Amino acid sequence: MARKKIQPLPGGSEWSFDSIEAYDQAIGKIASNYGLECYPHLLEIISTEQMMDAYASIGMPVYYHHWSFGKQFLATEGRYKRGQMGLAYEIVINSDPCIAYLMEENTLPMQALVIAHAAYGHNSFFKGNHLFKQWTAANAIIDYLVFARNFIAECEERHGQDAVERLLDSCHAIMNLGVDRYKRAPKLSLAREQARQREREEYLQTQINQLWRTLPPQPEKDGQAEEKRFPAEPEENILYFIEKNAPLLEPWQREVIRIVRKIAQYFHPQRQTQVMNEGWATFWHYTLLNTLYDEGRVSDGFILEFLQSHTNVVYQPPYNSKWYSSINPYALGFAMWRDLRRICESPTNEDREWFPEVAGSDWRATFNFAMHNFKDESFIAQYLSPRLMRDFRFFSVVDDDHNPKLRVGPIHDDQGYQTLRQALSDQYNLGSREPNIQVWNMDRRGDRALTLRYFSYQRRPLHEDFTEVLDHVAHLWGFPVRLEEQTPSGEVNHLAEKRT
Amino acid sequence: MIRIVDRRLDSKNKSSVNRSRFIRRFKSQIKKAVSDAIDKSGIRDLAEGKRIGIPGKDINEPQFRTGQGGVREQVLPGNDRFTTGETFDRPQGQKGGRGSKASNEGEGEDDFVFTLTRDEFMEIFFEELALPNLVKRHLASITEFKRVRAGYSQTGVPTNINLIRTMRGAAGRRIAVGGPYAAKLRELEEELAQLLLNRGEGDPEVTRVRHEMLRLRARAESVPFIDSFDLRYNNHVRIAQPTTQAVMFCLMDISGSMDEEKKNIAKRFFTLLYLFLTRSYEHIDVVFIRHHTVAEEVDEENFFHSRETGGTVVSSALKLMRKVIDQRYASSLWNIYGAQASDGDNWLEDSVLCYQLLNEQILGLTQFYAYIEIAEDTPQNLWEEYEKVQMAHEGVFAMRRIKAVTDIYPVFHDLFKKRV
Repeated sequence: MARKKIQPLPGGSEWSFDSIEAYDQAIGKIASNYGLECYPHLLEIISTEQMMDAYASIGMPVYYHHWSFGKQFLATEGRYKRGQMGLAYEIVINSDPCIAYLMEENTLPMQALVIAHAAYGHNSFFKGNHLFKQWTAANAIIDYLVFARNFIAECEERHGQDAVERLLDSCHAIMNLGVDRYKRAPKLSLAREQARQREREEYLQTQINQLWRTLPPQPEKDGQAEEKRFPAEPEENILYFIEKNAPLLEPWQREVIRIVRKIAQYFHPQRQTQVMNEGWATFWHYTLLNTLYDEGRVSDGFILEFLQSHTNVVYQPPYNSKWYSSINPYALGFAMWRDLRRICESPTNEDREWFPEVAGSDWRATFNFAMHNFKDESFIAQYLSPRLMRDFRFFSVVDDDHNPKLRVGPIHDDQGYQTLRQALSDQYNLGSREPNIQVWNMDRRGDRALTLRYFSYQRRPLHEDFTEVLDHVAHLWGFPVRLEEQTPSGEVNHLAEKRT
Repeated sequence: MIRIVDRRLDSKNKSSVNRSRFIRRFKSQIKKAVSDAIDKSGIRDLAEGKRIGIPGKDINEPQFRTGQGGVREQVLPGNDRFTTGETFDRPQGQKGGRGSKASNEGEGEDDFVFTLTRDEFMEIFFEELALPNLVKRHLASITEFKRVRAGYSQTGVPTNINLIRTMRGAAGRRIAVGGPYAAKLRELEEELAQLLLNRGEGDPEVTRVRHEMLRLRARAESVPFIDSFDLRYNNHVRIAQPTTQAVMFCLMDISGSMDEEKKNIAKRFFTLLYLFLTRSYEHIDVVFIRHHTVAEEVDEENFFHSRETGGTVVSSALKLMRKVIDQRYASSLWNIYGAQASDGDNWLEDSVLCYQLLNEQILGLTQFYAYIEIAEDTPQNLWEEYEKVQMAHEGVFAMRRIKAVTDIYPVFHDLFKKRV
């Protein structure tokens, strides 16, 4: 074989800048052989304190100041110092260039793992997935955060810390209801708006029929007298609605609301793609580092240390274990991507029946398609195979508060696969995980009260602290706020009303 | 391309602002937790930071979410015995499947526990407290001076020249002095042009104007670029830096009736006072005087841990205190604080003497003198005599009774609360 002699990568557990760079280059080469498309990346070496700082500000390198981040920091610090938790190995920021943090305490194999996981795995996901492409501007986020921090600091100087803090508290309370799920129609430009208005005028002019002018005016019908609702369609982005329509807000307050809303929007795709994203990154660090090993460039010791951390990351305790808290997104995601590759490369008859289009196809093409076009719920609904359900021994439990006992729903058997998969997919649907609350009406002629409507689902009530949240909404709105509940049968109940 | 950045030397305390915001926001809860912490544990632990907890529900950040109830379906891994359609009882003691939510903040739904640094702790602990008569002899000992900038002056040494100010002044002067010549020159130039046009070269008027222009130019050029009165110097002044120093006298009764527990209470009180003084003074001396029938000055170790038996003569300690003041702490240079702890047991005749000593010899010199009596039974003669002292020296002398350890903080707070 006319191959160059293989250059082994640096060994040992101590890292140095040179060795990290060597690994980065080696991994990058393999990644591009696999066809991974990434943003350029930046590796930043940080200390544990800085990692805790980063935790407190959701990993972002700059962020505005707020007490809740201080609380987060104190909690993290406390738990870390008591040894209750280790810090995450990595934090990666969806920006262009993509920033990945490496902790100085990690050993060299760990740094290599983090590079493969974050700088190539997550990075390519950020670049490829449609949600990230559509909703986040990777090249602008850091600048925007700098702007946000400076703007909020300026507001604090002008209007006082308390006023700004109060406003941010309120915004944070409904941050999750501050995201758009669908693109808004773009604003018409002034020129086009004027052109359209002229057209309308001309059209109306042509419609005037001289005959009708002599008819007496018709008395208004009863239904017409009733005022039309505003907004005409319920608005699900409450922060957006408040920013645009709250009568009394100052311009700076609207801008602060906008900042919180924009940041919520930026993080929204991450909340929708946890399993996919973590699974994808885990799959790639596993694949990339194993390829390094197969090429003989790293030692057995290296790969063993790597495998040990890897297995810890993808461990899924069973439901009755004391370690069980929820389904581990790393475990599920990693297993699904691995399984998808298996279906492509060596499908069984069952796979051919379930995934006729995928079975036997080119795995890289299938991966790209899946990574680009799905989010957690649809990814699971599409690609979770019966074999994986058997491997995880998934089963569903139905808890109906009208029944004294819990009932076991579909399990990993022939009758259950479809419904079980649907149930799991539903579990990752943000729409069913979080209450669906929308702006229903704004009393424009009366007391300017804002009516929110909770569309309940499966008889699930709102958690009782909704009254506190409502206080915050009322603070933002500046006028009374009402909350109603609408059941699937269309029945509407009044839940609460807050006055400012 | 270098793609690795070392951030380790960047500032570590990005979160300190957020941290102080958090403390500021929950001041009242934290304050309560701090005073609880004081009651529960020893003052001596104060050297490090302090772990305190505040109610979790107070710092909750509410969001809309669904509560318990309704129909929920949950997919779980690791089925080991269930088949479809089977029913079983709700597991007890577990909140319907949503258990993981609450543990997000580390301590579940109980208290939010975190560590305050020593400074933060002291800040909160001594907030609203003030030393009485702090300013009286504040400036008494001026030993150091500090140079501070104080604008500009017209005199000074060359090293202190402020170039910008100097050049700005010079430019202004040049415009002011040279300006009229320039204006005149422009006029003459126009006139000359006119003359040349109308009368031509050689006309006497032209020569006159030329001459005049020459003269003016010479005048204008003689305005100096920089003049000695343009010079400006950075000015510095010396400001007296008061060094604040204080001496604290700890007087304690170690007669047989003061048992370990009472001493412990006294010790905590002294420590609190000491910590409190460190906030106001740069330098603090502590003098320990213990007494039974005779008084002696000892070091800290002996002060708290030795035990002697015998009667009690409080005045002996007061006399020694006065003696030490005279010898070492000439009162114009020192702020003197006295703290005395006793169980109130004293020889009858001696109490009167104490009254006299305090009244005539000591309280005139001290900023503040606090007496705490650690006893549960009814006050005895010493207390009565001291009450007279308190009447006579309002604001300088204070006395309180402490019954148990938990009284210390309230009593301390009471003694030093800000008086408006």
